[in-house]
Amino acid sequence: MKRGFPILAIVTAVLLSFALYEALIGAPTERSMGDVQRIFYYHVPSAWTAFLLFFVNFGASIAYLVKRRPAADIVALTSAEVGVVFLTVNLVTGPIWARPVWGIWWTWDWRLTSTLVMWLIYVSYLLLRRFSSGGQAPLLAAALGILGALCVPFVYFSIWFFRTQHPSPVIGGGGSLDPRMAHVLLINWAAFLCLAWLVCWTRYQLEVAKRQVEEAQSLESLLEGSR
Amino acid sequence: MSFLAVMRATLAKDLRLEWRSKDAINAMLFFSLLVVVIFSFAFEPTAEESRKIAGGLVWVAFLFAAIVVLNQTWARELRNHVLDAYRMSPASANSLFLAKAFGNFIFVIVLEALMTPLFIAFYRLGAIGPAWELLPIATLGTWALVVNGTFFAAISLRTRSREVMLPLLLFPISVPALLGMVNATTAVLTGEESARFWITLLVAYDVVFTIACLLLFETILEAE
Amino acid sequence: MPISDAPPIIIADGVIKQFGRFAALRGVNAEFAPGRLYVVLGDNGAGKTTLLRTIAGLAQPTRGTISVLGAKEIKTVCSQIGYMAHPSLLYDEMTGFENLRYFAGLYGIHDDAANFTCREAIISVKLDPDLNRPVGQYSQGMRQRMSLARALLNDPTLLLLDEPFSNVDFHSAQEMATLLGQMRDQGKTLLVVTHQPGLLEPAADEFVWIDSGKIVDRTSKLRAGTQ
Repeated sequence: MKRGFPILAIVTAVLLSFALYEALIGAPTERSMGDVQRIFYYHVPSAWTAFLLFFVNFGASIAYLVKRRPAADIVALTSAEVGVVFLTVNLVTGPIWARPVWGIWWTWDWRLTSTLVMWLIYVSYLLLRRFSSGGQAPLLAAALGILGALCVPFVYFSIWFFRTQHPSPVIGGGGSLDPRMAHVLLINWAAFLCLAWLVCWTRYQLEVAKRQVEEAQSLESLLEGSR
Repeated sequence: MSFLAVMRATLAKDLRLEWRSKDAINAMLFFSLLVVVIFSFAFEPTAEESRKIAGGLVWVAFLFAAIVVLNQTWARELRNHVLDAYRMSPASANSLFLAKAFGNFIFVIVLEALMTPLFIAFYRLGAIGPAWELLPIATLGTWALVVNGTFFAAISLRTRSREVMLPLLLFPISVPALLGMVNATTAVLTGEESARFWITLLVAYDVVFTIACLLLFETILEAE
Repeated sequence: MPISDAPPIIIADGVIKQFGRFAALRGVNAEFAPGRLYVVLGDNGAGKTTLLRTIAGLAQPTRGTISVLGAKEIKTVCSQIGYMAHPSLLYDEMTGFENLRYFAGLYGIHDDAANFTCREAIISVKLDPDLNRPVGQYSQGMRQRMSLARALLNDPTLLLLDEPFSNVDFHSAQEMATLLGQMRDQGKTLLVVTHQPGLLEPAADEFVWIDSGKIVDRTSKLRAGTQ
C-alpha cells in the first residue's frame, strides 16, 4: 500500500485542481444567485463525504466491539476526526452562502439543523475519547459511535418533519439541478473523496506510529528489571 | 426468572435506600421548584403565548431535573467499589441496567409530577387538545432521557469530569427525542395539530435505544 | 506437605498487565494447586492487587493467558470464586444482613435459603446477624469481617482476599485468620495478599513473593525477620 500513497496524492491534486476549475469557471452561472452559488460545489460534497466517513465509523465501531482489533479502533478514530472536519466545512460554507443571498447568517432549515446536530454528536464522540481515563477509550467510544450512528436517521427524520410543519428559508436550494451543474458537483465529490482518503490514510499512519512509540516505551519499562 | 428477581431486588434496594436517606430526594424536589421559579422569571408569557412555548419550557426544566437524578445513578456503587462485587457475581449486567433505569425513571416522573402543577399555575396553562395524550408523551419522553442517561452515566464513570461528561454525551443524542417531547406537548396544549407523528417517533426512538443500550451495557460494565 | 495430584486451580502463563506505560505485571508464570492457602507478599506497588484482580476476572491481561478452575473465560466460573478487597464492596447505608441478602440474590439465593445462608455467613465471621446498624457505622474490623462474610455467601471453591487484615484490630484479625485456616482445611483454595503474614504463618501452605510485577520466590516458610 505504501506505493499507492504518492499515486493517490497526485490523483487528488489533479482532481482537486480540475474540480476547482470546473466549480469556479467551468460550471454555468446560476440564474438568481450568481457566482455566490458556486460555494454549493463545496457545501454539498463535504456533507456527503462526512456522511460516508461516519458510516465507516459505525462499521469500525462494530468491528472493534466484535473483534477488539486495534486497527478497527484507529479507523474509527480517524474517520470520526476527518468526518468532523468535513462537516465543519459544510456548517461554515452554509452561512457564507446564506449571508449574501438571503441576508441571514443562519436559518434553522432542515439540512443545516440536522448537520449541526450530527456535528454535536460526533464532537461529543471525540471529547469522550479525549476524556476517557486509561485504556477504556476504544471501548467506550465504540459504544458511543454505535449509538450516535443509530441516532442519525432519527435526527434527519424528526427535523425534516418539524420543518415541513414550520417552513423556513432553505439553504442549498431545492428543485432540479441543471445536468452540467450535477456533473461539476460529482467531480467535486470525487475530488473530496480522494482528499478524505488521503487525509485519513495519513492520520491512520500517524496514529499507528504514535501507538508503536507508546508500545515501545511500555515494553522498555516492562523489560527494566527494577524501578 | 433469576433476571427479573435480580432486577426487582436491585430496584427495591435502590428505592429503599433513597427513601431512607431523604437528603437526595429533598434536594432534588427543592431544585425542581427552583427551576420552575427561575423559568417563570426568565419567561413571562401571556396565557396565549404560554401555550405555544410551554412545551419547550417544561421539557427543558424536566431535562435539568433529569440530569440531577442521572448524575447520582451510580454514586452509591462507586463509594465502596460495589460494582466489583456485582461483576464477580453471575447476575446479568442487564438486570442491573434495567433496575437503575427504572429507578431513575421513577425519580424523574416524581419530579415531573411535582413540577407540572407549578407550571400550570405560573403559566396559567390549559390543554386545548386531548390532554390524556400528555401521559404517554411524558412516559415515552422520560424513558428516552432516562435509558440513555443511565447508559451514559455508566460511561462517564470511566472518564474525567464525570458530571460534565454526562450532559455532554446525553444532549446531542437526545435531540430527536426532545423534538418529539416538545412538539407533542405543544401540539396537545395548542390543539393546533396532531401529536400522532411525534408520539410514534418517541416510541420508535425508545425501542431502538433501549435495545441498543441493553446490547452494549455489559461491555461498558466490564471495561476496566 | 502432601503433593496434590489434582490439576492446578489457577494457571498463569506469561501474564503481562499494562496500564498505559506502567506495567503492573511483567510476566507472571505460576500454577496454584487446589486446597492450599497461599500468602502473597511484596512491597506496595509490586503488583499483588493487580494479580488478584486478574485472577478474579476483574482485569484482563494485556498479554498472556490466565485460566481459573479450568476456564479461560473467568466469568463462566465466577460463582465459584469469592473476592474481597480493601474497599468493603458493601453498601454503607444498609445493615450487614440487608447487604448480604441483596448479594445472595445476585447468586440466585432467595427467600428462606438466603436468610439461612446470610445468617450463617455472618455468624461464621463472629458478627451479630441481627445488628441493626448500617455498615457505614461499623468499625474497620467489623467492616472487613462483614466483607469476608459477603465473599463467602456463594460457598466459593476459590477465595481471593486482598489485604483482609489492614487497619483491623488484632482480635478481629486473629478471628479471621483462624477462619481462613479452617476454610483451607475444608478443601477451599485461598490466595491472601497481606502485609501481616505472621497472622497466617501457622496455617499457610506457601508464601509467594512478588516484586516489580513478577513472582520472585515461593517458600514454605516465612523468612526470618519478615513482619
